[in-house]
Amino acid sequence: MDWKIFLEQAPSGGMTYLGWLWSGLFWTLAVSACAWVLAFTVGSVVGIARTTPLAWARALGTAYVELFRNIPLLVQMFLWYFVMPEVIPKAWGDWLKQDMPNLLTLPFAAQFSLWEFTAAVLCLGLYTASRVAEQVRSGIQSLPRGQVAAGLAMGLTLPQVYRHVTLPMAYRIVIPPMTSEFLTIFKNSSTALTIGVLELTAQSRQISEYTFKTFEAFTAATLIYIVITMTVILLMRTLERRVAVPGYIAQGGGH
Amino acid sequence: MGGEFDWTVIWKYREALWDGMLTSLKLFAIALAGGIFFGTLLALARLSSWKALSLPAAGFVNLIRAIPFIMAIFWFYFLTPMIVSKFTGQQGEAVGPFTSAVVAFIMVESAYYSEIIRAGIQSIPRGQPAAAYALGMTYWQSMGHIVLPQAFRNMLPVMLTQAVILFQDTSLVYVVALKDFLGAASKAGQLTGRIVELYLFVAVVFFILCFAASWGVKRLQARLAVAR
Amino acid sequence: MAMIEIRNVSKWYGAFQVLKDCTSRVEKGEVVVVCGPSGSGKSTLIKTVNGLEPFQQGEIVVNGTSVGAAKTNLPKVRAQIGMVFQNFELFPHMSITDNLTLAQVKVLGRTREAAVEKGHKLLERVGLLNQKDKYPGQLSGGQQQRVAIARALSMDPIAMLFDEPTSALDPEMINEVLDVMVELAREGMTMMVVTHEMGFARKVAHRVVFMDHGQIVEDCTKDEFFGTPRSERAQAFLSKILHH
Repeated sequence: MDWKIFLEQAPSGGMTYLGWLWSGLFWTLAVSACAWVLAFTVGSVVGIARTTPLAWARALGTAYVELFRNIPLLVQMFLWYFVMPEVIPKAWGDWLKQDMPNLLTLPFAAQFSLWEFTAAVLCLGLYTASRVAEQVRSGIQSLPRGQVAAGLAMGLTLPQVYRHVTLPMAYRIVIPPMTSEFLTIFKNSSTALTIGVLELTAQSRQISEYTFKTFEAFTAATLIYIVITMTVILLMRTLERRVAVPGYIAQGGGH
Repeated sequence: MGGEFDWTVIWKYREALWDGMLTSLKLFAIALAGGIFFGTLLALARLSSWKALSLPAAGFVNLIRAIPFIMAIFWFYFLTPMIVSKFTGQQGEAVGPFTSAVVAFIMVESAYYSEIIRAGIQSIPRGQPAAAYALGMTYWQSMGHIVLPQAFRNMLPVMLTQAVILFQDTSLVYVVALKDFLGAASKAGQLTGRIVELYLFVAVVFFILCFAASWGVKRLQARLAVAR
Repeated sequence: MAMIEIRNVSKWYGAFQVLKDCTSRVEKGEVVVVCGPSGSGKSTLIKTVNGLEPFQQGEIVVNGTSVGAAKTNLPKVRAQIGMVFQNFELFPHMSITDNLTLAQVKVLGRTREAAVEKGHKLLERVGLLNQKDKYPGQLSGGQQQRVAIARALSMDPIAMLFDEPTSALDPEMINEVLDVMVELAREGMTMMVVTHEMGFARKVAHRVVFMDHGQIVEDCTKDEFFGTPRSERAQAFLSKILHH
C-alpha cells in the first residue's frame, strides 16, 4: 500500500493525483446534476402524457419509454456522440464537433470539450427520463380515482386538476424513487468515460495506468462513490420528511 | 442528411458480429445463472440471524450497489488474475479477459439478484416455514421445498426484467476491450470507418431483442396476476 | 412420564416478558385445552413445545427429549409432534396430495407410493378425498384446516398441538373442523389445544389451562374449571366468552 502516491505531482493538469480525483468527482457530479434536471423535466412530461385521456399523447409517451428502455445505455452513448452528428444536416454536425468545443473551455482540468459533456448529459438525461416517466406515471395512477373526479366536480379543468390536485400528491409519492434515480444517474455517469469524459472512474483508471498503484486508485474512487451515495440518501430522507403529508403515504418516513 | 450510408458493411462483417453476439449471450447466460445462484446464497446469508453471516453479506451487497458497474468491472478485472495466480502460483496471464469479465458480472449480478430474492423470501408469510419446521423439516428442506419455490414464483417477473437489464449491461464489457456484440461492431467500425451504420445496427438488434423480451415478461405478469 | 412436560418456562421479547414461569404437563392420551384472553401468551407457549419459539429459562421435555437443549435434534422431535396452525399454512404451490406427502417422503423417508396411500387414507377420514388433486387456494377455510389436520396426522404423531385452529374460520365452518378434532380426542390422541371454543373443551378436554399476562393462572380438571374457577380473571374471561 502506498497512499502517499496521491500527493505526487500528476503528469498533466498542474495538480497532484489527488487533484485528478477531485476533478473526476467534480465532473461526475456536474454530468449527473445536469442529466438529472433533464431527466426530471422530460420524464415528468412523458410520465404525465401517459396518464392523460389523449390517446396520441399516451402513445407517444409509451413509445418514448419503450425506445429508451430497450437499448443499452452504452449504445445510446455512442448513438449521441458518434452517430447523431452524422445523421443530422452536415452543417449542424460539423458545428457540434468543431465549433461547440470552442464556445468555452471547461474548467477544472477537464481535458475534454463541451461537446463530449453535452453528449453525455443528453444521453444520461434522456435515458433516465424513461425511468422517471414510469415513476411519475405510477405515482399518478396510485392516487384514488375519486380525487380527479372530485376536482372536476368542483368545476376545475383537467389541467387545473393536474396542477392543484394530482401532481402535488403524486410528486410526494415519487420523491423517494427520485432519490434512487439520482443515484442511478450518478453511477451510470461512468459510462461517459467511453466518449472521453474524464469523470471519477476514468480518473481512477488513469491514475492506476500512470502509477501502477491500481489498488489505491480504485479504493479511493470507491470510497468517494460510497460517501456520496450515503450523503444523498441522508439528504433525501430529510427532504422526504419535510414534504410528507400528515396522515398519508407511510413511506414519507419519520413516524 | 450527412453523407450516404453503406449498409453492406454489416453483411461483410456478419461473422465477426455473430461471434460478438455469441460472446454477449454466453456472458449473459453465465452471469444470469451465477448471479441467481450466488444471489440466493447472499440473500439467505443476509436474512440469517447469525451476524457473522449477515453483516459481511450486507456489506458486500451495499458496496457493489453503491459503485458504478464499470468500476466493479475494473475492480474484478484487476483482482481476479491476482487472486487466481495466488492460488495456482501461475502468472496473471493464465486468466483471460473473458474469465475476469465473467467473475465481475457474476459478482455484480449476485448483489442485485440478492436484493430481489431477499424481498421475495420476505414476502412469504412466516407461518409457511413454521409449518415446514413443525413437520420436522430442516432449514434447507424448508427453504428448498417451501419458501424458495414460492418466493421465486412471486419474483419471476422482477427477475426476468432484471435479466433483460443484465443482457443490456453485458455491453459494458466494451470498457475492458472484450469483443462482445458492441465491441465487434466497434472494431468493424474502426476498420471501415462505417461506425454510423454499425452502431445503428447494434441499437436496432438490441432494441428488437429487449423489446420482445420485455413484452413477453409483461404478458407473463398479466397471466400470473390472473392465476393468483 | 408425561408426554409433554413444561417446567418453569420464561420467555422475553427484548425487555418484554411474554411467558412468566409457566409449568404444566400433558399426559399420554390426555386432552388439554389452553385458553385465555388475546395476548396472554397461550400461542407462544404452545409454539415453545415443538421449538418454533425459543425460550430463555426453564425446560420443556417431550417424550423424554429436552426441546431447549442445544444438542437436541429439533427436526426429529417436531416430526413426532403434529401441529395445526391458525392460518392453516398449507403450502399453496403444491397440490393437496403433495402437501400430505412431502414431509412423509423427505423427513420420514417413506416411499412416494406409501406416502400417497397414507395421505389419501387420511383425506378420506376427514372427508376430502375428492379434493386430492386441487390446490389449497381452491378449498374453503374449513376444508383447508381439515387437510392441515390430515397432513399433521400423516406423520403418525405421538401428540398433536392445535394453535387456535378455528379462529380464522367463518362461523359456519367451525364445526366441521371441531368434529374432526373431537373424533381424534375420543380415539385417545394426546392433544394440546389453544382455543376459545369452550364447547369443545366441555366435550372432550381432561384439563383446562387458563393463561393471562404470560402466566398460567389456572391449571385444573375440566369439571373444576367450569364448576368453580378459583381466580377472578378466569371467571371474568369465562363470562365474556360464554355470553358471546
